[in-house]
Amino acid sequence: MANRNQENPDPRKTYWLDDRRNVDKLVYALYTVCGGLFATDFLYHKHVHFGFENWVGFYGIYGFLSCVGLIFLAKGFRKIVKQREDYYDA
Amino acid sequence: MLEGLNPAFILIVGALLLPALPGRLRGAWLLAVPALGLLQLCMLPSGESGHIELFGLTLTTLRIDRLSFVFGIIFHLAAFLSMVYALHVRDLLQHIAALIYAGAAIGALLAGDLITLFVYWEITAVSSVFLIWARGTDRAFRAGMRYLIIQVGSGVILLAGIVLYFHQNGTIEFSHLGLGSTATNLIFIAFGIKCAFPLLHNWLQDAYPEATVTGTVVLSAFTTKLAVYALARGYAGEEILVTIGATMTAFPIFYAVIENDLRRVLAYSLNNQLGFMVVGIGVGTELALNGTAAHAFAHILYKALLFMSMGAVLYRVGTIKASELGGLYKSMPWTTGFCIVGAASISSVPLLSGFVSKSMIITAAAAEHHWFAWLVLIFASAGVLHHSGIKIPYFSFFGHDSGMRCREAPTNMLIAMGATALLCIVIGIYPQPLYALLPYPVDFAPYTVTHFITQLQLVLFSVMAFTMMMRSGVYPPELRSTNLDFDWFYRRAVPHALGAVVDLGWGVSRVLMELALIQVERVLTLTDRILGPDGVLTRSRTTGAVTLLVMLCLLVMVIYSLA
Repeated sequence: MANRNQENPDPRKTYWLDDRRNVDKLVYALYTVCGGLFATDFLYHKHVHFGFENWVGFYGIYGFLSCVGLIFLAKGFRKIVKQREDYYDA
Repeated sequence: MLEGLNPAFILIVGALLLPALPGRLRGAWLLAVPALGLLQLCMLPSGESGHIELFGLTLTTLRIDRLSFVFGIIFHLAAFLSMVYALHVRDLLQHIAALIYAGAAIGALLAGDLITLFVYWEITAVSSVFLIWARGTDRAFRAGMRYLIIQVGSGVILLAGIVLYFHQNGTIEFSHLGLGSTATNLIFIAFGIKCAFPLLHNWLQDAYPEATVTGTVVLSAFTTKLAVYALARGYAGEEILVTIGATMTAFPIFYAVIENDLRRVLAYSLNNQLGFMVVGIGVGTELALNGTAAHAFAHILYKALLFMSMGAVLYRVGTIKASELGGLYKSMPWTTGFCIVGAASISSVPLLSGFVSKSMIITAAAAEHHWFAWLVLIFASAGVLHHSGIKIPYFSFFGHDSGMRCREAPTNMLIAMGATALLCIVIGIYPQPLYALLPYPVDFAPYTVTHFITQLQLVLFSVMAFTMMMRSGVYPPELRSTNLDFDWFYRRAVPHALGAVVDLGWGVSRVLMELALIQVERVLTLTDRILGPDGVLTRSRTTGAVTLLVMLCLLVMVIYSLA
């Protein structure tokens, strides 16, 4: 703990990710890769256990919807379970 | 190496010798002990040995077979790596506790009978709590107390089950038990507590994040995976484990999404990962059990790595709350990189360790037509990616720059993280050595085109969902908060209910007291009326009146005698 808060040699140094446009570039790259992966479903034959796995884009769409559903449910869930940080200490 | 020497003894005796060593040798000793244990484990022949006669029972303290061997290897590795991570710590008690804890966990793995298992089971509970108490805060003390009560409690239930089991079957051998009798059901519950089954889980999220920086890393490896091993040994193929496991994969991730303490997020995600292993045990086929063992192996490494990276952050900046962190990649680039490897491994990104192990379990569940459980597992896989894969590195190292600047983690921490990250990558790219260690022959290829592409789709579309929600502001902000979990029942509801019962008792006794007093009053009043100064029996009368009364009595007697 002795070294906590010790400064870097140059705290004002700017980084590549500090530029909003570079973050945008990464995000668009991600979207492009996702689009490409979605298209892959037309190009190969899946070896699957369940029929629904063969639906085009099943994994992508299921993953996407899972995450969105998870977040919205968790937001609602938070309303029920959230308490002050010192709830048990009080 | 000595023939028949239990590796557990090497760790436990090694721990006890630690205080006797001069300070400068202690570091080397800390690393040598688990290394020697591992060497001994590898040299031991498979089979049963270390028999001890006790009260007419034969204990088998050492059993090496393929199931205990693979867990033994990873337990030693985990002990070694966490010792490297903890080398800078000067607190002798923590080192001793960690080594005894690891040794006891290994002893429990290698136990061939239930009594030996029980003894080591309780040693793990008692030794590990010192890693929580060593934090030194009041909060940690109380969390440690709760942890200890629950852990020892699971041991008591285990013992009750063992006694019944011996009574019914006349043996204490620890082999397949199966559900059905009270005895085996009790043992199942004891294992379930340590494995953090739903509603029995909360000691994990309560206690682990309160332990010391290095203590949490040690804790994350042993207790729960010992329970996974015990379940795999005793209850493989029990259908109910599929349901229990699938529930375990799904519900902790909701907590993980809204939790602010990042080490607690990891504790929830640890619970979720155990769920995958439990499903594997429930499916019970050779592929599924291989998957469970492989996943435990891979999981111990990447989970330790994630706890190490968050521990490094806590060590350097003094907090691990997501609401206060951000932008630390500028100060801790190496830690950031290692954390990302761990995060990608737990998210089952192809070419990393989680992928080659988790896919075995998911494939095994599909092969046995557990379609609903399968859908839950895939949902949970996307969820893992969210809270462990992205949330952990994003909110600590990236996201909003908190302005915090610190030094990179200490060298020994970096070495531990680097070695663990390397193992995650090597296992991911070249899983064959791990597969060769598994309990059954492996006929499974993780890198088929279908596996590879579908997994990439799942992962990247989940990342895309996170990105879109983050950028549109839908994603819930990190807030300082306590999220109520099942521990609310024993930390609030039950104490309050007990308080209410006590209050009620006081109330009732007060009313009864009042009623009694009224009765006493009445008795006193009545007595007073009869025997008081003016009472019927005690009134004083004049001499004349008494003379008259006597004369009247005499008259009555005279008349009566004449008649």
